[in-house]
Amino acid sequence: MNDARESDLERSQARRLLKAWETPRGWRYWSAVNNSEVGLWYTLTAFAFFLFGGVLALVMRIQLAVPENDWLTHDQYNQIFTMHGSVMMFLFAVPILEAISIMLLPEMLGARDLPFPRLSAYGYWCFLIGGVFVCGSLFFDAAPRGGWFMYPPMTTQYQDGIGVDVWLLGLSFIEIASIAAAVELIVGVLKCRPPGMRLNLIPLYAWYILVVAVMILFAFPPLIAGDVLMELERAMDWPFFDVSRGGDPMLWQHLFWIFGHPEVYIVFLPSIALVAMMVPTFARTPMAGYGWIVLAAVGTGFLSFGLWVHHMFTTGIPGISIGIFSAASEAVAIPTGVQIFCFIATLLIGRVKRAVCLQFVLAGLATFIIGGLTGVMVAIAPFDYQAHDTYFIVGHLHYVLVGGTIFPIVAGFYYYYPFVTGKRLSERLGNLAFWLMLIGFNVAFFPMHLSGLIGMPRRVATYPSGMGLEIPNIISSIGAFVLGLGFVVLLWDVFRPKSKQPLVRRNVWDAGTLEWSGEVPDQPWGIRSIPIIQSRYPLWEQKNLLEGIDRGKFYLPDAEEGRRETLVTSAVDAELVHCLRVPGPSFLPFWAAVFTGGVFIFSTYHWWTAAGVCAVMSFCTIVTWLWTGTAEIPEKPTKSVGMGQSLPLYVSGPSAVGWWAMFITMLGDMTAFMSLVFGYFFYWTVHEEFPPAEWDGAEVYGPGTLWPMVGVALGIMAWCAVILARKSNRSDRSIAFYGAAIIGIVCSLLSALALFYGPYQNGMDPTQHVYTSSTAVLLLWTILHLVLGGVMLAYCIARRIAGRMDRQHDADLANVTLAWHFIALTTVITGATVALFPWVA
Amino acid sequence: MSTEPDIHPIAKHDSAAERPLSQQLWWIVVSPSLWAVHFMVCYLTAAIWCEKAGVQADPFALHFAITVYTVVVLPVMAWVAWSSHREFRRSEPPVPYDFDDPADRTHFLGFTAFLLSLLSLVATLFTVLVFVFVRSCH
Ligand code: HEM
Ligand SMILES: [Cu+2]
Repeated sequence: MNDARESDLERSQARRLLKAWETPRGWRYWSAVNNSEVGLWYTLTAFAFFLFGGVLALVMRIQLAVPENDWLTHDQYNQIFTMHGSVMMFLFAVPILEAISIMLLPEMLGARDLPFPRLSAYGYWCFLIGGVFVCGSLFFDAAPRGGWFMYPPMTTQYQDGIGVDVWLLGLSFIEIASIAAAVELIVGVLKCRPPGMRLNLIPLYAWYILVVAVMILFAFPPLIAGDVLMELERAMDWPFFDVSRGGDPMLWQHLFWIFGHPEVYIVFLPSIALVAMMVPTFARTPMAGYGWIVLAAVGTGFLSFGLWVHHMFTTGIPGISIGIFSAASEAVAIPTGVQIFCFIATLLIGRVKRAVCLQFVLAGLATFIIGGLTGVMVAIAPFDYQAHDTYFIVGHLHYVLVGGTIFPIVAGFYYYYPFVTGKRLSERLGNLAFWLMLIGFNVAFFPMHLSGLIGMPRRVATYPSGMGLEIPNIISSIGAFVLGLGFVVLLWDVFRPKSKQPLVRRNVWDAGTLEWSGEVPDQPWGIRSIPIIQSRYPLWEQKNLLEGIDRGKFYLPDAEEGRRETLVTSAVDAELVHCLRVPGPSFLPFWAAVFTGGVFIFSTYHWWTAAGVCAVMSFCTIVTWLWTGTAEIPEKPTKSVGMGQSLPLYVSGPSAVGWWAMFITMLGDMTAFMSLVFGYFFYWTVHEEFPPAEWDGAEVYGPGTLWPMVGVALGIMAWCAVILARKSNRSDRSIAFYGAAIIGIVCSLLSALALFYGPYQNGMDPTQHVYTSSTAVLLLWTILHLVLGGVMLAYCIARRIAGRMDRQHDADLANVTLAWHFIALTTVITGATVALFPWVA
Repeated sequence: MSTEPDIHPIAKHDSAAERPLSQQLWWIVVSPSLWAVHFMVCYLTAAIWCEKAGVQADPFALHFAITVYTVVVLPVMAWVAWSSHREFRRSEPPVPYDFDDPADRTHFLGFTAFLLSLLSLVATLFTVLVFVFVRSCH
């Protein structure tokens, strides 16, 4: 009797939950924002770009198979290798790791979704649009040609056509999407864990992703800053890299490699994270040395930022600097070695079960170690002078990238395929693919070391006969095709119809981590009820966990109000703090991405009107999205989430996920700004006289001192007004709130105006010299931020008028205040740099 | 047999404000951050010095600056390492599945902070050694 009632209750709970999390059908399917759908699209798209990049690689290998080949012109070859490198790095390696994380992370953490599902969807659509745009350029003979690192002055002065703009704008657009995903993942790991999952119990995957996301946050903004500078030079003739007007191409190299070296680890660590999930499963024992692996992940994350100059050894950098960076390059080998030892130790302790997955893992580790060894060779500066820009480098870099990312990702495909589809990939075909890939890879890339040592430069469309280069090259080309064949086998296995194949049982691999708790076939709710976690491998160690989850014994077993909800917990101890309502399906992110894409794409062709229209449309879409989808005031203050616990439905300030997202975004924004400031001081170090009194016979005018200082004063006043507005709203004094907010808007706009007026009335010409252009770019950046800060305040005023914000429900205002701290800091730094520094210099 | 899930009530922990330093997340990144700051400052000093002071100048000023930075940073790292070490020594030896009990959270943080401090110390010494061995800008 009692039992029957209970199961009735369970069934109706499950029905409501299912309804809330239902995936939209028909054409509305594309409005889905849930992590399972978006993650899947993301993964497939990134994989498609990988195949595209792979085809380009094969085309290159056909061209290089025989000496003095004229199948491709030099120009075509340049486009192809540039696209190959850029596609592999920007459209495959980084996105696929974000894709996989978006798909897996919530399931590993027992969360229903990531905290900002619509942001993930927006990131995905940006990625798709930008990626298709960049790849498409190749078919119109309009692709970039400068190599994946786009060194100026080659790319600023000697290339006509829009190739470089396609690269700069298209990829900046995608980088913004990457940063959006990073914000999502950081907040996800820190705040969306199941109750009880303290810091020492987090799945290793999540530690790695946390580290990588933080790295993205600090690595991508310098590149975006570099993109901004180069695009300003190309579009407006501001001379950042033009030597004849004091510019210096070295700044690009610095900014690019501050991004570029961490990038190598950004693509490597997540793959290792996958390995860290697979190794314990196949060894049937917990990972040995958990703390050591966390050390390795965090340590690598830090040290990888101290390596960038090792890509610039041959550019005449002072000996001491070279030394510093060589030292850090050697130091980073320590943590990398530590984690590989932990993996090997775990495999040795455990009782290993054979599987194709594991073969790929081992092949990846071995390949990576070989690549690491040649890497240590090139990190030793004198050797680098020899090997620089030869095929030795191409060999090294592919050992690292393919061993460190491709093989583990393929292993991940085998491991997680049943998780996504409920079917298994074939072990037989897997074996075949494995040997084709392993043999093909080594046959293709090992000979490149030799051709490099013989002296074959990279990035050449052809090479002369009679130097001994024929044999290694033809072998390489054959190997590349064998490798390609391996991928064809994998592809067939992934996409071959499997309707006759039976579904796998639940938790096919007998893994211990939470993502395997899902039923087969999987339900859209992510997890039936959110358990309390007390172990690193809950499925192995917590008794009756699955029954408890399935019967809704834990948290959030129901969706009484038909809303999508997930739990937010504290960062260290994962104690419950908040029940977060996450938004459901919507086309808004899609449209926002289309319009943002329009801005970037039309700017490439200098169709400014169309770009302007798109900018307005994307602004409107994003505001609508924020207005309707965020910081909604709930119908009741708290809600019972099961297990006798009640949680608030609305929080603001540091306990809210939105506040963290704002904080993290602003950190990234600050990093980009600091890169521009770095540029200013970089030019100061390379010039005898900076600011110069005159250039080319004409006097050089700066922004003056008075007006920038007025701008700073007004900016600080605006900031104070914001703080006052927040206080007044808290104590519910509406007049004071509106007054302060309006003063804030006025002051921020006046401040922007003053920053503009200084250089304007002084007659400063940004195209004259790098001093004026680097001053102008700092001012421009600050002006944009001040205007944006004003817009945010206007948004808060509107929210309060509309009754969507009040004294308790002030999350919007809390976030805007936080952003204003950064805006004020930006204004002060800009003022001090452009107005005061010239006095000291 | 009961199918009730087997859960112990979670011990309520004191809030972040009451926790000692060594039990907060940012504690583990103190030493690596110091390495990063030291590294950046050394690099910038060397770069500016090489550009502005010129190749012939006596490197005394440069070496003095680097010594000052190092003397500031190393003791702090050593202190972080030492106090984290005390933190994790209080529990069972950490191998092989170190600290996988919910109650071990503090020891885990201490252990990780300790290892990261050692790594940062080594990396910082690497940086300093460069100045000892490479004495010129070119
Ligand atoms: C699938 C098999 C692959 C083959 C056969 C291949 C082949 C090549 C070749 C021949 C080059 C040299 C182009 C030249 O200097 O003339 C090259 C460059 C490069 N590859 Fe690959 N590659 C493969 C996979 C990958 C992967 C998976 C990545 C990254 C995740 C990658 C990243 C790069 C990069 C960054 C460059 C440098 C491009 C430049 O010089 O600007 N490749 N590849
Ligand atoms: Cu590097």
